[in-house]
Amino acid sequence: MARARVDDSVAPPIPADLLDRGFRSVLDASDIGRALTRIAHEILERTRGGHDVVLLGIPTRGVPLANRLAERMSHVESRPIPVGSLDVTMYRDDLRLRPARTLGRTDIPAAGVDGALVVLVDDVLFSGRTIRAALDALHEVGRPRAVQLAVLVDRGHRELPIKADYVGKNLPTSRAEQVAVRLTEIDGVEGVFVGPADRTRTAGADDPSHPPQYDPGVPALHGGAR
Amino acid sequence: MMRHLLSAGDLTRDDALLILDTAAELARLADRPIKKLPTLRGRTIVNLFYEDSTRTRTSFEAAAKRLSADVINFSAKGSSVSKGESLKDTALTLEAMGTDAVVIRHWASGAPHRLAGWVRGSVINAGDGTHEHPTQALLDAYTIRRHLGGVDGRRVAIVGDILHSRVARSNVTLLHTLGAEVTLVAPPTLLPVGVESWPCAVSYELDGVLPKCDAVMLLRVQRERMQAAFFPTSREYSRRYGLDAARLALLPEHAIVLHPGPMNRGVEIAAEVADSPRSVVVEQVANGVVVRMAVLYLLLGGGEPALAGRAAEPAAAAIGGGW
Repeated sequence: MARARVDDSVAPPIPADLLDRGFRSVLDASDIGRALTRIAHEILERTRGGHDVVLLGIPTRGVPLANRLAERMSHVESRPIPVGSLDVTMYRDDLRLRPARTLGRTDIPAAGVDGALVVLVDDVLFSGRTIRAALDALHEVGRPRAVQLAVLVDRGHRELPIKADYVGKNLPTSRAEQVAVRLTEIDGVEGVFVGPADRTRTAGADDPSHPPQYDPGVPALHGGAR
Repeated sequence: MMRHLLSAGDLTRDDALLILDTAAELARLADRPIKKLPTLRGRTIVNLFYEDSTRTRTSFEAAAKRLSADVINFSAKGSSVSKGESLKDTALTLEAMGTDAVVIRHWASGAPHRLAGWVRGSVINAGDGTHEHPTQALLDAYTIRRHLGGVDGRRVAIVGDILHSRVARSNVTLLHTLGAEVTLVAPPTLLPVGVESWPCAVSYELDGVLPKCDAVMLLRVQRERMQAAFFPTSREYSRRYGLDAARLALLPEHAIVLHPGPMNRGVEIAAEVADSPRSVVVEQVANGVVVRMAVLYLLLGGGEPALAGRAAEPAAAAIGGGW
């Protein structure tokens, strides 16, 4: 893990599996913390106190991000903000391109989403196909007053007319580059990393929606590929 | 990759746990106003039933429909089978209509295996003769897991007509794969030849086994498969192997009672036991739908099946040879 580097003291640590594949760090734990604090305030500002806001994280890593946002918003407003998770696996349009994926958890707050302002939360916004699937999934849960989108990283290359309302960081990437998000709750480490195109994976071109170049190191995202 | 589900022995421990976990997530959707998922839209599943069945056929039908698949129900009665059409010709006819999966129930052991060699789609065994019924074993494991928190290390007694029971065969294999300790309880005449080689214990006495059980699974006495006298009278069977209120009291507090149905009340299970809170028979039916949804999703939902299967594990030993 700890490779001897002269700049170890200044550069944030990069997980060994990512370092080996040539990833570099773009956001560290405190950057992520600041971005989330700003987004939390933006949501409250734009929704005038967030009285009817329900946060729904998209598994895997959207869920801890939604929980962190809810915690920050609750702290500012001194009341609990409803938060849950929305699994989109069964609604994906790329299901047939790979083995069936392991399902994530859907956990809708008890009060439901009817008439609420739902803010979907995900880690990386790329093609927009996950969000399209999330809108379909949400439609079967209830009828929100409006739906907004918060993402930690927007890396561009949209394939659908979808735009985030709250963005932690805009990260210009080439389509082939890989973006990896690591969160303490799931990975034990924290950071956003960008790596070079993965030449070992050729299937990527067929499947830009939840692409292999996005985080191939974590089996959880490719649960079906066993 | 596993394309068919023919036998509980095809499943690795990871496969089985993946199915049970997927079923658990799908069960959470069951209390939503809209239960339907779009996942298998445009896929066609044929229910090919050569034997009478209420719950298995409707359960598969409900599972397929909740995943938005198109379902064609085919039963041997009132079809060309009664004009003498062979299984192979029936299968090829259905295949020509563009089916993605065939769910087959057949009176002949091994029919699903034969079918798997003839069709391009997935074949799911919904019970073949006295051989296997893997989705029943999965739903039983799912039910045990829900009530007892897991299957690993749990003690399960399977009581009754083991000889004719595909449910018992599939359950012994699957529960063993998942780490449970299985005891078969039956009169010697209703135990198959070679049962010593199965990965389970065998007992002829129910009363001694009950106090050490976390779950008891009762099997129906299958008169339609019995060509000989296996026990003197059903009253005598009931007296020695039927679960009545007195025997229910021998079970530990937390133990549950399962029955794959249909029940012969008063023979293998007393009416007051069937209706007692310890009985999870009705819940098994509900669990059957989500477990079958999970199987259909994992076999058909992706571009290729998500289950690895035993073939992927060269070291995996076949369980219970001689079945």
